[in-house]
Amino acid sequence: MALLQLAEPGQSAAPHQHRLAAGIDLGTTNSLVATVRSGRAETLPDEQGRHLLPSVVRYLEDGAIAVGEGAKAAAADDPLNSIASVKRLIGRGIGEIAALGSRLPYEFVAVESAVPRIRTRRGEVSPVEVSAEILRVLARRAEAALGGELAGVVITVPAYFDEPQRQATKDAARLAGLKVFRLLSEPTAAAVAYGLDQGAEGLHAVYDLGGGTFDISILRLRRGVFEVLASGGDSALGGDDFDRALARWIMTLAGIEDDADHRVLRRLMRDACAAKEQLSAVERVPLRIERGDGTIWESELTRATFESLIDPLIARTLAGCRRALRDAGVRAAEVADVVLVGGATRVPLVRRRVAELFAGEPLAGIDPERVVAIGAALQADLLAGNRPADEMLLLDVIPLSLGVETMGGLVERIIPRNSVIPAARAQEFTTFKDGQTAMAIHVLQGERDLVSDCRSLARFDLRGIPPMVAGAARIRILFEVDADGLLNVTATETRTGVRAEVSVKPSYGLTDGEIETMLRDSLAHAGEDLAARRLREEQVEARRSVEALRAALARDGEALLSAGERARLEAALTEVGRIAAGADAEAIRSAVAGLEQTCGFYVERRMNRAIHDAMAGRRVEDFE
Amino acid sequence: MGISLTPSAAEHVRKFLANRGRGLGIRLGVRTSGCSGMAYVLEFADQLDEGDQVFEDQGVKVIIDAKSLLYLEGTELDYTREGLNEGFRFNNPNVKASCGCGESFSV
Repeated sequence: MALLQLAEPGQSAAPHQHRLAAGIDLGTTNSLVATVRSGRAETLPDEQGRHLLPSVVRYLEDGAIAVGEGAKAAAADDPLNSIASVKRLIGRGIGEIAALGSRLPYEFVAVESAVPRIRTRRGEVSPVEVSAEILRVLARRAEAALGGELAGVVITVPAYFDEPQRQATKDAARLAGLKVFRLLSEPTAAAVAYGLDQGAEGLHAVYDLGGGTFDISILRLRRGVFEVLASGGDSALGGDDFDRALARWIMTLAGIEDDADHRVLRRLMRDACAAKEQLSAVERVPLRIERGDGTIWESELTRATFESLIDPLIARTLAGCRRALRDAGVRAAEVADVVLVGGATRVPLVRRRVAELFAGEPLAGIDPERVVAIGAALQADLLAGNRPADEMLLLDVIPLSLGVETMGGLVERIIPRNSVIPAARAQEFTTFKDGQTAMAIHVLQGERDLVSDCRSLARFDLRGIPPMVAGAARIRILFEVDADGLLNVTATETRTGVRAEVSVKPSYGLTDGEIETMLRDSLAHAGEDLAARRLREEQVEARRSVEALRAALARDGEALLSAGERARLEAALTEVGRIAAGADAEAIRSAVAGLEQTCGFYVERRMNRAIHDAMAGRRVEDFE
Repeated sequence: MGISLTPSAAEHVRKFLANRGRGLGIRLGVRTSGCSGMAYVLEFADQLDEGDQVFEDQGVKVIIDAKSLLYLEGTELDYTREGLNEGFRFNNPNVKASCGCGESFSV
């Protein structure tokens, strides 16, 4: 018979109506699945008792698909058919993947669509399909453990994942036959695992040092929503670097050269990793290293020596923490709790240094490799309706700001990041030129001020604007994000009602550039962006002034100005144009001011003439 | 007679209660529903209601309402593992028939 679990009072499900739910940590290196049983969230092991599932998928010769340890073990011998770290590819365009560098050993198929496909012996596969295989294995494990079909899952994604990357993750789940209750950001999941969402409103930090990446997030809990105030990190710094530092130390002492046999180096890395793990529990470990020529080098490694080797690496993570705190505009002492995530945070020195920085012991009671999956499981259990409804429900927020391009290649933000979805915001824009009848609307995502630094989501045109002088038309642009995160943009000319709209579906990356660094860049380049924005604004202002003066000259320059006066104004226009092409915002500003002064007499004459025209032939009484 | 726990069930209930951090004990019961008439209730208990009976076994309080006791008299609660799946099982001597999955039963 079916096995029963303890339920909360009054929450016992009717037979055959158990709502089984699981949380999935879909990681770059390893993935995990967790669930809540009898009020307790725990990760689920496979038949061999292993909780971590290596995120490696291998397409075998007989058409079968291997996922996990088996695929990882074979990866070195069969690299083209063993796909690892697919998380780095999901939701990205071919161009972006090319920018990731040549480290990826896979053969990509160039196709019409922007979705990259990897050539394997089983045919072409997309990153979404590869991720789906990993999810399928985890879901099967959860269903075996729970004794039934899953009603839904919560999958975690990095805080910096953008819309296409999130959508692609959801697509992978759908392909695996899973219903996604929600995607949850990884630092938020870690905070949920410690019950911080049930606590007082306040600031929390999540320090995530994995095998190959470091992430720091500063979260603020307010009205049931975790906002990511700042995130930062290093996508090429992790526990593996500890191993490498240790291996290098051994190589120097044991006299092993860099160009030693591949097998020797690989074994050395493995020994270094084992020594590191042992040193978390003991003060000293014996080392026994085999050189390439078969001779043995023996020594001993103390924790103190190991710590002196890795301290510079830890210092780099702490610098990242300080930057994130600065970006968030908070002091370390204001952070209530620090959550440790990632296997490398087991190293005692990491804990000590983090405790020193934040002046308090970090939370480490839950296995740092499992804490994200556990938080996801708690959230899944809540969403499945297995807990009383009065418990707080986390809301989804928009991870990166959405906006449109304005004159000068600047981005005007319409919906700022961390807005709770569904969301709708509108803003009015106007035309730049006299008689302008169309407007190009370019939808962007990102935190930077220049279009070129943000991600392009869509472009469309609003046509049929009635001809008017520049600045008279009123174009209302409405951004709506529905509960599923789908963005709809509508542009309407308010006088005539002409409108155009676009729905932004996942584009899987149509632009180049490192998306995951977008958020970090926006903070790192805030000063630069401010200067760039100022320059562009002055340039646009200069162009507008030049445009207006040229239009006036064309209309009545002949009638109101002498040839000499006209030549003087033309010269002034050319000069402003020259300065506006430069990069000195201040100079452009004074040039525009100078132009206004130079043409002051002309403006006055135009004004007088307009008044004259309006009043000629009328009696004073007409104006009373 | 009454209700009893196997050592494994008692150990797990104690663990789950400690993890939850509150609760008097566990509540067992039956209610009408399901494909074969009756379904088991297995919940954490935070309060006693009128007519509740309390059995204590191996330090665990088992709370049950008088009506449910008619159907559960003599039941032993066990905790077992079947492959990856693990959970509680009612060994109920009163059951005459149960549906295929065992989630509901009749007496």
